Amino acid sequence: MPETTYLDASELVINMGPQHPATHGVLRVKLKLDGERVLGSECVIGYLHRGVEKIAENRTYAQFAPYVDRMDYVAAVTNGIGYVEAVEKLLGVEIPPRAQHTRMILAELQRIASHLIWLGTHALDLGAMTPVFYTFREREEVLKIFEKYCGARLTTHAFRIGGLQYDLYDGFEKECLQFCDYFTPKIDEYERLLTTNRIWLNRTKGVGVLSAQDAIALGVTGPVLRGSNVRWDIRKVQPYEAYDKVEFEVPVGQHGDTYDRYLVRVQEMRQSVRIIRQCVERLAPGPIFGKVGKVIKPPVGEVYHSIEAPKGELGYFVVSDGTTNPYRVRVRPPSFVNLQALDLMIRGHLVADVVAVIGTLDIVLGEVDR
Amino acid sequence: MKPEPWSSSLLDELQKRFPGAISEAVTFRHLSSLTVAKEYLVPMCQFLKNEEGGAYTLLTDETAVDYPKREKRFEIIYHLYSFKQNNRLRLKVIAGEGERVPSVTSVWPTANWLEREVFDMFGVVYEGHPDLKRILLPDGWVGHPLRKDYDILRQDDAWVQANLGIKSAQ
Repeated sequence: MPETTYLDASELVINMGPQHPATHGVLRVKLKLDGERVLGSECVIGYLHRGVEKIAENRTYAQFAPYVDRMDYVAAVTNGIGYVEAVEKLLGVEIPPRAQHTRMILAELQRIASHLIWLGTHALDLGAMTPVFYTFREREEVLKIFEKYCGARLTTHAFRIGGLQYDLYDGFEKECLQFCDYFTPKIDEYERLLTTNRIWLNRTKGVGVLSAQDAIALGVTGPVLRGSNVRWDIRKVQPYEAYDKVEFEVPVGQHGDTYDRYLVRVQEMRQSVRIIRQCVERLAPGPIFGKVGKVIKPPVGEVYHSIEAPKGELGYFVVSDGTTNPYRVRVRPPSFVNLQALDLMIRGHLVADVVAVIGTLDIVLGEVDR
Repeated sequence: MKPEPWSSSLLDELQKRFPGAISEAVTFRHLSSLTVAKEYLVPMCQFLKNEEGGAYTLLTDETAVDYPKREKRFEIIYHLYSFKQNNRLRLKVIAGEGERVPSVTSVWPTANWLEREVFDMFGVVYEGHPDLKRILLPDGWVGHPLRKDYDILRQDDAWVQANLGIKSAQ
């Protein structure tokens, strides 16, 4: 009688290792499988932990600003806005309107760039090899604008505490509008490739369903929450910069599955183009720096400020003890909290759907681990 | 600008239901914060999450700050958000070294990983947490880095030597 082998076991624990082409970074997921169905999972993270919060206690407020870009390295501008605004809130300083509108233009360009990476890699994970080339081509145009503005494509350090360092270069407004005109038909092109594609629908409809109640209980924010039919966007409910002065819509999904989150993010790209056009129109000459002294010494106190980053609610909790170094900087990472929902979303699905759900959560391990 | 004392109907209601629980209520830069005794933490959080308490259904963040010079060194910070009222609230719990803090995972499941991170970085032990173990650092690491007495250049040399095969990671 042959001995029983592993093939007879009904439950297998398999490792989706830190080195994997579809986990978007160094993420390890331990899957408990019954054949190909997932019964449960556990995420092991921390492979990219760099101790950013500890470093913050040893740098001045201005010196810490470049570190912040390196957390969500795909969307550095929005990371920078969140930190710089938190310190400005602590100082109680007002930013002139020209700086506000420039920050908004760059933030929305960054949102488009981040969603383009998400779209390209998500489609690539599910087998569609064409969109990734197109989305990276469009992303090049955004990165060219960033490079002309602040010298860097990826880790931009675009803003300073109190306003902007660099004024807009000649032709910035023209290039932004040119990009908006160039980009809008491209979104239609992506939709033509994917939205009514039979294979795409089969792979994303009904996969990774997250109800609104579960989403709020798990603290999920951003497009994942909006895909579950909760119309909540920090730019609308607690506006920062000048978001209350521009018009845009907040798209929501109905069912909370992967397909709805895809539609939400594509619509968000269209709304970002709308915001950019309005901000370019509203740009007026003026100062770009508020009243901030050479040495930044905020009063004793603590402040929590959050913005709508492309991934969700990015919050900064800054505690000041009156010296030039912050006493504690806590970064509330949207990807970390969203990743908690992975276990709930993949129960009962196949292993291939795990890849789809990791892609739809749009995580960046630099932000998860800090 | 300094933190100013805060008074509101919510505060009166909380003081009526949980007498003696709140030791401080201030507001600074438009965010109110309450310092709560840890015995009352879970019932108060349950009340705040319900409709009558303000419907604070979203736990945005849970973290800690280390004040080693104080008698009780850790301040555990909770940031809550209410969709209905569209406002935020901060709760603080003061805990000393070695004290166990009740876990709020029964009220908001978000707190699962957030509390694991506080345990990992500060060494605060939560009571009632379903799975309290290190999350960002490797499992065998000794030490809690975000404490103020943990030097920024220090690493757990024993773990590095056992697992990476080198003398020191510095």
